[in-house]
Amino acid sequence: MIRVKNIKKSFNEKPVLKGISCEFEKGKTSLIIGQTGSGKTVFMKCLLGLHKHDSGKIIFNDRDFEKMNDNQKMELKSRIGTVFQGSALFDSMTIEENVMFPLKMFKNIPFDEMLDRVNLVLKRVELENSNNKMPSEASGGMQKRVAIARAIVNNPEYLFCDEPNSGLDPKTAIVIDNLIKEITEERNITTIINSHDMNSVMEIGEKIIFLKNGILEWEGSKSNIFKTDNQAVTDFVYSSNLYKKVRKMYQKK
Amino acid sequence: MNFFHNIGLYIIMLQKMLHKPTKWKVMKELILKDTEDTVVNSLGIISFVSFFIGGVITIQLALSMTGSFYPDYLVGFATRETIILEFAPTIISIIMAGKVGSFITSSIGSMRVTEQIDALEVMGINSINYLVFPKVIALLLYPFLISIAMFLGILGGMIACVYGGYSTMSAFIEGIQTDFVPFHMTYAFIKSFVFAFILATVPSFHGYYMKGGALEVGKASTKSFIWTSVSIVVFNFLITQMLLG
Repeated sequence: MIRVKNIKKSFNEKPVLKGISCEFEKGKTSLIIGQTGSGKTVFMKCLLGLHKHDSGKIIFNDRDFEKMNDNQKMELKSRIGTVFQGSALFDSMTIEENVMFPLKMFKNIPFDEMLDRVNLVLKRVELENSNNKMPSEASGGMQKRVAIARAIVNNPEYLFCDEPNSGLDPKTAIVIDNLIKEITEERNITTIINSHDMNSVMEIGEKIIFLKNGILEWEGSKSNIFKTDNQAVTDFVYSSNLYKKVRKMYQKK
Repeated sequence: MNFFHNIGLYIIMLQKMLHKPTKWKVMKELILKDTEDTVVNSLGIISFVSFFIGGVITIQLALSMTGSFYPDYLVGFATRETIILEFAPTIISIIMAGKVGSFITSSIGSMRVTEQIDALEVMGINSINYLVFPKVIALLLYPFLISIAMFLGILGGMIACVYGGYSTMSAFIEGIQTDFVPFHMTYAFIKSFVFAFILATVPSFHGYYMKGGALEVGKASTKSFIWTSVSIVVFNFLITQMLLG
């Protein structure tokens, strides 16, 4: 479980996060949504320790991240899997080497065992027989799946995904969404996803957090987001013509 | 103000480079890869440039030393001094700032742009140690490159001198051996080690702390070349003043 208490972050005295408090439950998929510039990525980078927040607390299983020493932080980070927006695969390594990388860095296990684990997760993301391909030879969807495989190979406790289906066609995006959902359930991972894609909300969001201008504007479940009276959320949810039409159809009924 | 901020950031980077070392098994592979990228892959260009510039230096020296006033061996002597003291360690380092420096900045800069450095950091890896330290170790072999540059520079000079008809082989070899000061070699290698450190760390700094996208990677490479060259020239002056002045 991750508890966030009153997180604030500014860049050059311009506040980006203006005091966010929320909780991410174990074994559930939480979605952080909001428009571009709402502070989603900065919030996630603060959770990941890539940005140092100005004030507030981030508590991983009752342990304050800021109070941990370097070794404790390193140990915690080894239990976090991350899927970046652009996949962030190491382009000088093959797909197999990319997925094996966290094991090589943190586990003292024989190569054959590492290879078995790599093949297992590659099979899980339906990328068998792609071991020797370079990331540049893989499609966008494949790269995302490799990134997911790399994120889960070390059996993480937490999975962070930043816009996991951006730049993908709708069909592939749904495949990626479902894959994340299934992996979260299978392995009881605490998954946090940054997205502005309403399809993701429909597919995998168990808990939704809506950010607007660095403030937590609304939080609730997937079903509640379509019933809320919050104007900012409604504007966001029904911003696309498709959803507007769906809404009109329901209103007519 | 920005200049002093960057100096401070550079020093912090050097400190962080020594913290939380990467697993030795992984580091060994990185050092070997960086040795290939920075040292082995530079052998060709360094050999080519040294040989021909050595020849040109000798021809120009020979042309300006005509007449009975100058002893025959002087061309060999002047070629040796020029190449050992300045051309091989300093000019080759400036060429390397363009070749290796740009490579280091653009490769690390691309990793920054594509969030690969963030990926390292969130895994709990000290990305500065992982990326910069192996390059520093790999470039400890840099004096080996400089030795080759010295040898081929003098060889190129000798061939240009003898086959160009400016002097005889024996006179040139006599010149190479005349008044040889062994400390000049020590001086050249001390410079090489300092320049190797600059070549590994200054371009890494520009790549690691760059901000922006693909266009900025190109800009960072240019900036890195300028600052690496400036640092080499400044340290060349300081070391020369300290050791020979």
